[in-house]
Amino acid sequence: MTQLIPSFGAHRVFVEPWTEQFASTGWIVLMGFLVAAACGLVGNYLILRRMALVGDAISHSVLPGMAIAFLLTGSRGSVAMFLGALAAGVVTTVIIETIHKRTRVKQDSAIGIAFTSLFALGVVLINIFAAKVDLDQECVLYGEIAFIPLEPIVSVAGFPLGPPTVLRMAVVAAVTVSLVLVFYKELLVSSFDSGLAVSLGINATLVHYALMSWLSVVVVSAFESVGAILVIAMLILPGATASLLACRLPLVHGLAVIHAALSSVLGMHLATWLNCSVAGAMVVAATGLFTLAWVFGPERGLSRRWLRTTANEPESGAPPAAASR
Amino acid sequence: MRASPHASLLIAAFLLLCAATAHASRIGDLADSPIWAQALRFFTFQDPSVRYALIGSMLLGVSCGLLGGFIVVRKMALMGDALSHAVLPGVALGFLWNMSKDPVAIFVGATLAGLLGTVLVGVIQQTTRLKEDTALGMVLASFFAVGICAVTMIQRLPTGNKSGIDKFLFGQAAAIGANDVTLMAVVTALAIGTVWVLYKEFLVTSFDPAFARVCGFPVKWLHHALMLLLAFAVVIALQAVGVVLVSAMLITPAAAAYLLTDRLHRMLLLAAAFGLGAGATGCFFSFLGNNLPTGPCMVLGATAVFALAFLFGPRHGVFAKWWRRRSQSGRVGRENTLKALYHVLESRDFKGEGVSLRELAERRHMTAEASSREVQALRRNQLATLTEDGNMVHLTPEGWTRACVIVRNHRLWELYLTNEAHIASDHVHEDAEKIEHVLGEETVLQLERRLESPTKDPHGRPIPSLADLRRGAAVDRRDELVGYGRRI
Repeated sequence: MTQLIPSFGAHRVFVEPWTEQFASTGWIVLMGFLVAAACGLVGNYLILRRMALVGDAISHSVLPGMAIAFLLTGSRGSVAMFLGALAAGVVTTVIIETIHKRTRVKQDSAIGIAFTSLFALGVVLINIFAAKVDLDQECVLYGEIAFIPLEPIVSVAGFPLGPPTVLRMAVVAAVTVSLVLVFYKELLVSSFDSGLAVSLGINATLVHYALMSWLSVVVVSAFESVGAILVIAMLILPGATASLLACRLPLVHGLAVIHAALSSVLGMHLATWLNCSVAGAMVVAATGLFTLAWVFGPERGLSRRWLRTTANEPESGAPPAAASR
Repeated sequence: MRASPHASLLIAAFLLLCAATAHASRIGDLADSPIWAQALRFFTFQDPSVRYALIGSMLLGVSCGLLGGFIVVRKMALMGDALSHAVLPGVALGFLWNMSKDPVAIFVGATLAGLLGTVLVGVIQQTTRLKEDTALGMVLASFFAVGICAVTMIQRLPTGNKSGIDKFLFGQAAAIGANDVTLMAVVTALAIGTVWVLYKEFLVTSFDPAFARVCGFPVKWLHHALMLLLAFAVVIALQAVGVVLVSAMLITPAAAAYLLTDRLHRMLLLAAAFGLGAGATGCFFSFLGNNLPTGPCMVLGATAVFALAFLFGPRHGVFAKWWRRRSQSGRVGRENTLKALYHVLESRDFKGEGVSLRELAERRHMTAEASSREVQALRRNQLATLTEDGNMVHLTPEGWTRACVIVRNHRLWELYLTNEAHIASDHVHEDAEKIEHVLGEETVLQLERRLESPTKDPHGRPIPSLADLRRGAAVDRRDELVGYGRRI
C-alpha cells in the first residue's frame, strides 16, 4: 500500500507545482481548463437534449476517422485530423439515425452498436498499421495531458504565446464560446422545444447536425489530452454539476466553466500526490465536485432533502395543507 | 434505400480489414509462419492456449448474447455500456488484493464495482433531476477515471509493469488460462440455468412491468438478478474483450437477433448463437494477426452479423422492405390499369369485346407506349391478354375479378365517406384512390353491410356486386364477354 499511495507532502503536492515546476504544470492546468470548459459548454446542450450518450458515441467513433485521415495523408496535421474526425462524427450520427429509423432497434441499442463498431474498427486499424500510426491505443483511451508537447513555443510578432497544442485548444474554446453567444437563442429554443423552434423558422435539423459537427471538433481537439472515454466525463460532468445548482442556462454555463477550472487545478494536485494519470485525476476531481454538489447543493441537495424530511416528520400526521406541500 | 450504403460500407470495411489483417501478419513474419500455417495451427487446436482462447471466447459470446437479449428488449442497452466501464476500478482493486491476476479476486472486485455503478445510476436518477442518459454517462466516465488512475498507479509499481493489467482495456484472448475457462463455464451455466428457470418471469417483466407486478412477480428483485447476471457476464468477458468493448458483445448480437424474430425465446437462442460465432471469429482473426487485440476483432465480427441481418433479414431487412415496397408499387400500378379498363368498358355500357390500347391511353392520360407497357405488365400476371396485332386488350376472368374488386372498393369507400363521415361527395375521390388498394375482403364486406348493400356510389355510378365479381370465373366464351355486367 505504501508503494501504491505515495506519502502526502503538502510542499510537494501544493507548493512545488506552482513554483519549481510551474513551466509545465501551468500549461497542463491551462490545457485541462480549456478542454473541460469547451467540452462543458457543448455538453450542457447535450444534457438538455438528452443526448449525453450521443456524445459518448461520437467521442469513441472519431478514432477511425483520425486513423484513416492519418493513413491517407500520412501526417498528424491538425486539418486532416479535424476533417477525419468531423466526417467520423457525422457518419456516426447518420448510422445511429439510420439504424434507429429503418429498423425496430431502439435508439440506445443503435448508439451502442454504432460507436463500438467504429471504435473497434479504429483500434484494429491502429494495430495493423501500428508502425505507421503515431497513435497509441492506451493513449487513445485515456490520453495523457502531461505529455502534451510544450515545444516549440509559437510566437506571434515576437510575442511568445504558447505551445501549439494549447493554442489550438484555446482557439477551439474561444470559438465555442463565441458560437454559444452568437447562436444562443437558436440553441436554447431548439434544445427545449423543437416544435417552437420550427415555428420560429429555426431549422432544428440543421442545428442538430451543426451541434454534432462542432461536438466532433471539440472532441477531437480534446482527444489528445484526455482520450476517448474521459472526454465523456468532460462533456457531462460540468453541465451535470451546474444543473444541480442552477436553473437558468446562462448561470449553468458560468458554473460549468468554474467547475472546469476547479477540477483542472484540483486534478493536477491529485495527480501530483498520487503520481497517476493527470487526465484521470482531473475527472476524479470533477466527480468529487459533482458529489459535493449532489450532497450539499442548495434546495435539491441530498442533505437538504434529508433535513427537510426529518424536519417534516413530526408533522407527518398533521393537517393536509402541510402534507400537500 | 438510403440506409444500405452506410451498412454496406461497414461490411466492406470489415472485409477489407480481414484482407488487411492477413497482409499485415504476412509482413510481420513471412519466413516462419505464413498465414495458412497460422490458420492450420488454429484449426487443428494443437496448442492448449488456442483451445482455451477459443472455448473461452465462445463461452463469453453465449453468456453475453443471452443476457444482452434482455437488455435490448428492455431498452437498457447503454446500461450494459455503463456497467462494463464501471468494472475497471474493481479490476484494479481485485488485482491489488494479492498483486496478481487472480481470476476470483478480480471477478469479485469487478462484480462489486459494476453493481455499485448500476445502483448509483438509479440513485442519481431518483434524487436529482438529471436524466437517465446523463446519469449513465457520468457513472461510466467517473468510474472509468478512477480505474484509470488506479491502473496507472499499479503500472508504476515495480511489479506492475509486467502485470498485464493493461490487457483488460482491449482484451487478449491468448491470456485466457484453464482457471479462467472454468470460471467462464460456471458463469455461463449459471446464466443459462437462471434464464431457463426464470424465463417466464423475465419475459413478463421485460415487456410489461406493470402486468408483472399485478401477477405478483418480484419485479425489483428480478431486475437486480438480471443486473447481477449481466455483471457476471461482463466480468468474464473482460479478459478476452476488454473493458471498452464488452458492451458491444451484449448489444450487437442481441440487436441482430431482434431484427430476425419476434419471439423472445428464439431471439435469445439466436443471440447466443451470434455471440458464439462472433467470439470464435474474433478469436480466429486475432490469432492470425499476431498482435491484434481480440476485443475489437470480436466486435467487428458481431457488427458484420448485425449488418447482414440489417440488410438481408427476411422480414425487417432493408432489402426485404425494399422488395416489398417495389412489388407493392407494381401491384398498385396494375390495379390502376385494371380500373381504367373497367372504366372504359363501363363508359360504353359493357358493349364490345376488348379495349383498344388507344382507348386505354386516353383514359389514363398517357402515351401509347406507356399504356402498352402497363398492359404488358398485366399480361405477365395473367390478368389480361393481347390480340396478335397488339392493339386490343381482353381481360382474363382473373383480371375481371380484380378490376371489379378495385372499383368496388373505391366506390364503397366513397359512399362510406359521404354517408357515414359526411364528407362532401366531391372530396372523397382522392382518399378512395389511395385506400382502394389496401382494403381487405373482410373490411369491404363490413362496409357493404354497414351501408346496407348499396348499388350506387355518391356520383350515381353502379357499384359492382359480389355476383359481378364471380361472373369473371364463369365467363370464358366470347359472346358472353359482350354481356359483361349487363345486369348492373
